[in-house]
Amino acid sequence: MSTIILLLITGLGLGALYFLVASGLSLIYGLMGVLNFAHGSFLTLGAFAGWELSRRMGGESWGTLIASMLLGMVVGAAVAAATEFLLIRRLYNRHIEQVLVTVGLALATVALFEGIWGTDPIYVTAPPWLSQTTEILGARVPNDRFLMIGAAVLVLLGIVAFLRYTRFGLIIRAGVENRSMVTALGIDVRKAFTVVFAIGGAAAGLGGVLASHYFGYVSPQLGGSLLIFAFIVTVIGGLGSLAGAAIASVVVAVLQQFANYFWGGTGDLMVVLLLAVVLLVRPTGILGKKA
Amino acid sequence: MKSLSKLSQRTWWIVGGVLVVVAAILPLLNISIPGVLPGATYTPGTLQLLALALLFASLALSYHLLFGTAGMLSFGHALYFALGAYGLGIVLHETELTLLPALGLTLAIVITAAYLLGSLSLRVTGISFAMVTLAFAQAGNVLVRRNPGLTGGEEGLRLDTEHIPDFFIGVVNTRNLYWLALALLVVVFVVVAWFENSRAGHAVTATRENELRVRVLGLRPFGVKLMAFVIASVLASLVGMVHLLLQSGTTPRATSADFTLTILVIVVLGGVGSRWGAIVGGIIYTLLDQRLTALASSDAIDGLPAILRIPLSEPLFILGTLFILVVLFLPGGIAGAVQRLSTGTSATPSERKLLEEAE
Repeated sequence: MSTIILLLITGLGLGALYFLVASGLSLIYGLMGVLNFAHGSFLTLGAFAGWELSRRMGGESWGTLIASMLLGMVVGAAVAAATEFLLIRRLYNRHIEQVLVTVGLALATVALFEGIWGTDPIYVTAPPWLSQTTEILGARVPNDRFLMIGAAVLVLLGIVAFLRYTRFGLIIRAGVENRSMVTALGIDVRKAFTVVFAIGGAAAGLGGVLASHYFGYVSPQLGGSLLIFAFIVTVIGGLGSLAGAAIASVVVAVLQQFANYFWGGTGDLMVVLLLAVVLLVRPTGILGKKA
Repeated sequence: MKSLSKLSQRTWWIVGGVLVVVAAILPLLNISIPGVLPGATYTPGTLQLLALALLFASLALSYHLLFGTAGMLSFGHALYFALGAYGLGIVLHETELTLLPALGLTLAIVITAAYLLGSLSLRVTGISFAMVTLAFAQAGNVLVRRNPGLTGGEEGLRLDTEHIPDFFIGVVNTRNLYWLALALLVVVFVVVAWFENSRAGHAVTATRENELRVRVLGLRPFGVKLMAFVIASVLASLVGMVHLLLQSGTTPRATSADFTLTILVIVVLGGVGSRWGAIVGGIIYTLLDQRLTALASSDAIDGLPAILRIPLSEPLFILGTLFILVVLFLPGGIAGAVQRLSTGTSATPSERKLLEEAE
């Protein structure tokens, strides 16, 4: 029983990371039709920014942790918005070329990070509480899992509130539904593009800082490895659906944890199998629009 | 000057034939191109590099069939390259088969895998197809890394030379491998050209342009798309097999998403939709990659201030940046640029369109 609880909560923690990456991917795809390969780089950059800050301020304090999370968000948002403004916008409505540009950006930035910070993983320090465990129904759960889950829930609520109660949110929701109609009504949807990129980048940057605490290190490859699972999560959840991304993140991560424990480390393969099954049964994903 | 585009189909084939003959006698000549090739053309080191360039050209051609002709943006093409390389390596190591039967067995495995995975991933189109192929390739990557007993894990697989003919082994015989790579390039080119001009090829091109219309005409796009997918995968696996022989082994990098992205970069640099572009892109990429790596460790770079040194010492950074610039400012890649120079027109909307249709 305690094992199952531990796996469940660890899975939720990992799912929280997937969600932080996948939410941005899904929103960006939903509104603009762009599959953003550079999203992993936003995450990695956020993680490195957080690490640089905690290295200077001393990583043991809670203040540093919160500051590094905020810094990760700001850096992620700024870089993402700049990417949209400088690269993506020039190729308006040319989806394949937009994808290609993000591919080039991902290759170039990962190489740049390797040049700056080296290829080896850099270990991070965190407040001591995070490396301790809490006992829940007999399971000793590492505390950092709660941080992940809490942050992801806050981000989910934040994005939902933003989409529901602000003018920009309204435009984005309408744009996902039918972009040409929104443009025809005289609303400049392009501003919303930058905003969506910034939100996605902020979530990814925050995800980067949290991922560095989940795995215990930062490396230039951090973003790329999470990005692939985030892609799978977005397809399973349904491209463009935030709720779908949230459900799929949890399902994928929990499945991964259980398969790794009970079926001898087959978690990654099980996830791909799940993807195959979802595609056979429901090609548009759990909550995806009819293509 | 007669414009390039107006040259007849036959003239192109003759030019190609002459180029192949020139390439075939290169190992017998003593030509040095300082700054491009590491040594004279008859030396094993140079032949190794040239063979690698030819292999990348073949691989780019096979991806061209998938992306340029059929319009399927796959992010898992490396899987079939790796399947060829690892498949042949494992079959040679685990069984007593000689090279040709082992090759046949590996091909059978590749065809089965490509058929199954292809029919599954072709249930979705566009960006979803890209992500699904990426996921399958990632599963392959995990399998390779997790089974060190069979695949050598992170260390990579070494070629078991016991059942390989002697003329493919050793540094002295590099030129035989070079000729093998050249022959493979010719075969891949002919197969790709043949498929593009066949009825199935026309159907698949029409599907890229407008799938709905093809359906209305009473054709079934799924079959021809799957056919293109399987042919491209088999060609990629053949390249993988020769690559295994040439490099005397293979590494998990061959299964990585980065490797597929590299092929994509080559095709886009060369020019999407152009067979010649894919070949030129493959050759230029290999030489550029080699030269940039040499440049990165050179003294000239070492003496620069950090802000210049760090980016310039990363070949992938330069390639990635170059790639972004080509996509932004040079639609149609190298082939498109040559076309424009020869006809004197500026960037045509049709080149932009060609990329878009590949969705």
